[in-house]
Amino acid sequence: MSFGQIPYDVAHLLGGGVLLFSFVLLYQRRIGAVINAFATQGTLLAVAAAWQGYVQGAPGLYVTAVLALAAKGVLIPLALHAIVRRLDLHRTVETALGIGPSLVAGVGLVGLAILVVLPATEGARALAREDLALALSVVLLGMLMMITRRNAISQVIGLLSLENGLILAAIGVAGMPLVVELSTAALVLMVAVVAGVFAFQIRERFDTLDTHHLEEHRGERR
Amino acid sequence: MPLQWAIVFFAWGGAVVLAAIPNLRHATLANVAVSAGSFLLALMLAAQPFAEHGWTRTDALNLPFILVSAFVGLTTSVFSAATLDQEGFDHWRIRAYHAAYQVFMGAQTLALLADNLGVMWVAVEIATLATVSMVAVHRTPAAFEAAWKFFILCGVGIALALFGTIVLYLAAQPLLNEETGLSWAALMRVAAQCDPGTLNLAFAFLLLGYGTKAGLVPLHSWLPDAHAEGPVPISAVLSGLLLNAAMLAVLRAKSIVGAHPEAIAPGPFLLALGLASVLLAAISLWRRRDARRFFGWSSIEHMGLAAFAFGLGGAGANLAGLLHLIGHSVVKSAVFFGVGRAAQAKGSQKIADIGGLVATHPALGWGLALAIAGIAGLPPFLLFVSEFRLLSAAAAEAPWLAVPLALGMVTALAALITVLQAMCFGAPTPDAASALDGWRETAAAAPLWLHLAVAAALGLAMPGALAGLLAEAARVIG
Repeated sequence: MSFGQIPYDVAHLLGGGVLLFSFVLLYQRRIGAVINAFATQGTLLAVAAAWQGYVQGAPGLYVTAVLALAAKGVLIPLALHAIVRRLDLHRTVETALGIGPSLVAGVGLVGLAILVVLPATEGARALAREDLALALSVVLLGMLMMITRRNAISQVIGLLSLENGLILAAIGVAGMPLVVELSTAALVLMVAVVAGVFAFQIRERFDTLDTHHLEEHRGERR
Repeated sequence: MPLQWAIVFFAWGGAVVLAAIPNLRHATLANVAVSAGSFLLALMLAAQPFAEHGWTRTDALNLPFILVSAFVGLTTSVFSAATLDQEGFDHWRIRAYHAAYQVFMGAQTLALLADNLGVMWVAVEIATLATVSMVAVHRTPAAFEAAWKFFILCGVGIALALFGTIVLYLAAQPLLNEETGLSWAALMRVAAQCDPGTLNLAFAFLLLGYGTKAGLVPLHSWLPDAHAEGPVPISAVLSGLLLNAAMLAVLRAKSIVGAHPEAIAPGPFLLALGLASVLLAAISLWRRRDARRFFGWSSIEHMGLAAFAFGLGGAGANLAGLLHLIGHSVVKSAVFFGVGRAAQAKGSQKIADIGGLVATHPALGWGLALAIAGIAGLPPFLLFVSEFRLLSAAAAEAPWLAVPLALGMVTALAALITVLQAMCFGAPTPDAASALDGWRETAAAAPLWLHLAVAAALGLAMPGALAGLLAEAARVIG
């Protein structure tokens, strides 16, 4: 299977789509739009998982696809919208690094991911390698979003999109054992993080979700 | 059910039962009973020959940690039974706390037992979720901040570890089938034929991921806060147990990569992270005002020392690292018992508010003084043995690294002794709470002294069987 064959090209296209939405996440200025971009990324990931399930003949991946669609395409975005409304958060994204510089840094990270993965994995099959390069890019962009955004909710979305990158990597490796179990366990972690925003109700105690203000409560100051 | 799984599911079954008990007294006693049962099962497991069983394995490397884990779990549950009414929980929190405690213990044991790296990852994740909820249980702003930081940083950490696990499978994919694909034993067998570049990539992510959980600098910043804000018994099991499970995962990854002659040498990475941890922690210890954060930083220092030992490699240094992890578990949980009890008695966990314990609470004060001396690496406790062995191995193999290492150890030692003098021998500060009634005061002090006795016994006369086990484990790591 190589370039020019349908299974390869569609898998590539879907992986590229997931990566594209990592960039979309980076340049949105309103929280609502960020959540919607995340929902689209989750849906694309579900389609990618279903496609890999079809190509690899691995029915387990359909389970991953359905879970990703239900959780990341629908439920988590709905919950995030509800959190924004309920806690009456700022509707704009507070950035620590401007939108333009974050996009430049994002392009640099994608280049880094490709330069790291492609030479390092010469033994593996072409599809798995390039899928891994895309997945690592998504992971790094998720981390970038966590670093460059001030609101806790944007940081949570960064973590969620980072986890999308992990699932993209896991489904691309044909014959990966426990792939359904691992992706489900990772999803449980992400759902717990979203639940954590609800449970901790950071907004109730502090005027902003900006985690910087929490530093006041460290107990190290006199 | 094989004994390996029986231990895990006994704890998790206990968690379900404990979630149904609202009464403080009944719940704490049931928690002790479940922990005692787990300890017995762990002893039975130690009596069996080593085996690989499905997703689990017992070998020389994990068995000592399983025993330490069950032991600390039991003593911590006793301490918890004696002091939990000081935390002021309502009945929902009593249920949640005890259920989370046993979920954590089960997941911790599974993480140690796992042969399948995917199962190990899931177990570490469950242990993280259980501890996050316990750190947040007081619902104060500081507790929320600590839990949130813990959650987000360790969330990223375990996400990276999963990525590393996937890449590791990618490296071994041509050689393994779906059944054995993530088995550590199978990976060890084929490691020498894997693609070295892919192995390097996998190791980088596994080290970063599990290194975050082990509290290695620069990924340590969740650790002091998480140790300071939860209920006291949680600090003891976090520091004593969870860090070991993460370090064991790093060691499993290191042994796979180390088995390939052309792959990158994992040692220097561990040396660098370890040395950075020791030095940063040694300096940071001087600036702490909060007693539990202070000892959280001390955990970073000790994890750094262990990582340094494993980075040096070879039978001698590996043995020093293993001894150090075990000694740290036993002594650091003793320190947290003492500090936690002192903070309850004085009504504050600031170092300045805890003074002269030896004069006001002799049993607690002397116990804490000895425990801090033990964690500082003074004889006769086990950490003296391990630090001595580590320094001599470092001086022999990498003399230039031994100098900053010794400097870090001495700086940390001085900070610990300063705090020891202030808290135990300084001018007494007024008590905020009256003493616990009758048996509780004894039951709160007993685990501390028991741990001290065990650490001293292991330091002075290590049983032959355990020494043989650890020597074999040192060879497994490679």
